[in-house]
Amino acid sequence: MSKFTFPESIKSRPIYGTLAPRAGAAHLFIADAHGAEAILDVATPEMMAKGHIIYIPKGEQFEDKLRALNPASFYAGPTYSAAERRIQQTLAQAKMGLQLYLAGTEGLMGQAEAAAMQAGIPHTAIQTEHRGSTARRMQCVHCKGITEDVDTDPFVCSHCGLNLFVRDHYSRRLAAYQGVCIDAEDPGNVPAPKGIYE
Amino acid sequence: MTIQFNDETFRDDYSFYNSERAIKRFPFPFHEDSYMYSVNMEQHRGGPVDSVYEKRFDVDEHYVSEMKDRALVLADDPLRCQSLPHMTLAGWDLLELIMVSKSEDYPDLFELHRDGNTWRWVNKPMGIDHTFTFLDEATLPYGPMEYITRQAQGDFAVLDQRDDNLWMDAGMVTTQADWSLDFDIGMNFFEWHAPVPLAHEKGIFIRALKFLLNIQQGAPARRLNWTMTVNPLLDTSPENYHKWGIQKTTLTPENLGAKQHLRVELQTFFRLPRSNALVFPIRCYLCSFQDLMTVPKWGRRLHRVIRDLPVELATYKGFIDNRPMMLDYLSQFDDGLPTSPGIWPDLDTEPALQK
Repeated sequence: MSKFTFPESIKSRPIYGTLAPRAGAAHLFIADAHGAEAILDVATPEMMAKGHIIYIPKGEQFEDKLRALNPASFYAGPTYSAAERRIQQTLAQAKMGLQLYLAGTEGLMGQAEAAAMQAGIPHTAIQTEHRGSTARRMQCVHCKGITEDVDTDPFVCSHCGLNLFVRDHYSRRLAAYQGVCIDAEDPGNVPAPKGIYE
Repeated sequence: MTIQFNDETFRDDYSFYNSERAIKRFPFPFHEDSYMYSVNMEQHRGGPVDSVYEKRFDVDEHYVSEMKDRALVLADDPLRCQSLPHMTLAGWDLLELIMVSKSEDYPDLFELHRDGNTWRWVNKPMGIDHTFTFLDEATLPYGPMEYITRQAQGDFAVLDQRDDNLWMDAGMVTTQADWSLDFDIGMNFFEWHAPVPLAHEKGIFIRALKFLLNIQQGAPARRLNWTMTVNPLLDTSPENYHKWGIQKTTLTPENLGAKQHLRVELQTFFRLPRSNALVFPIRCYLCSFQDLMTVPKWGRRLHRVIRDLPVELATYKGFIDNRPMMLDYLSQFDDGLPTSPGIWPDLDTEPALQK
């Protein structure tokens, strides 16, 4: 799958790179869906000997290929929240020298980054690579509810039902973009939803 | 002078009003007949007698009612006040700064009696007489930042300084111009300003950050910022925008003078001694157009500024749709005469309206 080039944006919007191998005491990979391809591209036998892969397939067929890399530890689970305790424990028990690699959707990378920051890892020390869906994890600024995998602008908050426009303003702590009511000044005047990058 | 505190509201029936004294001391933000972003920072070392610049923390006729409004906002949404765990010491620094400043600047309203770490704080306008132990959180009903900012007008952002940047790691934010502390907490200086148009490209934030990183203890700075608000609503939060946004559509040519308010922020910046954090009080002043028009210089100037403001700024500040109606109103108060430089009303020297 080809990589998406995000348009230039404001300073709070995250910028993703390309995973590169680094020397480390241990290597933790957290990925979803097509993020698996970024792991397959960067993995070396030396890294995998000290490697731990946590993968959320989201219906994609990469699990066998990742297992074939022969990491020291491997987990595949249905959702990020199913994997969350395992991620938190791994980060809490991590020693100096852990290298962290995140790949896949923005929602997955953002949540894993927030967990790593909670564990005391500065976000600048974390490698990220976007692959697959460009859908966003959105927080409704009004009800604070999170709507996952939003790919249109505007969209309907899955909690309070307000019509929200998709901002580029992003909170690393919440791992979410901000959604704000689009028709507050003209109730019912909601433009037809378009793809976020259309 | 003794302050007569107004009994007024900033919501529902909007009984807020400015006395003649409050109008004359309103911090009109335009020093010339046009406006563009600038760092516009100056030392906060007093100012003309009875101006909002005179004291370190200005206390005015709206004090008691503003604190009641803050309590209502917090009861509805406690996340308007947050402090990350490493910011508690900065909260104590802020409590000390405000208590010392107010008791020295307004001895008839506030008293601070210190005996070692045993402090007695008397806030007469709010009826508080409280003895506590400095640096012992268990002796206060709230954390130190929340305790003192429930007794101080304006919002407060408390910024940690590290990695040559400032981080929004604590704050009390209930009178904001449409930004969310709950969303922005933990962001650095460039990130929380990310949505502001034009200013990044002009290098404003790089220069402003450089200035702020170098603010020293005892040498605070200040600047004015402004926007527009329909009705004297203090809590123009994004959280509640779906409720208050509709009020912008209630303007008519008849009610505009009373309903349309110029909203000015007096932003000050103080270095805090123990934490080396920076506190950024953002004090909001509201004045209706019809009250502003009682100062002929401000009437002439406001018309010219609003007329010539770039579209991006009028959009960002949220009044692009209402600008034509505002200009119809304001043009009645612009006779084309020149205006004197500076923000002050100059009532004794500027001519009355010539039409």
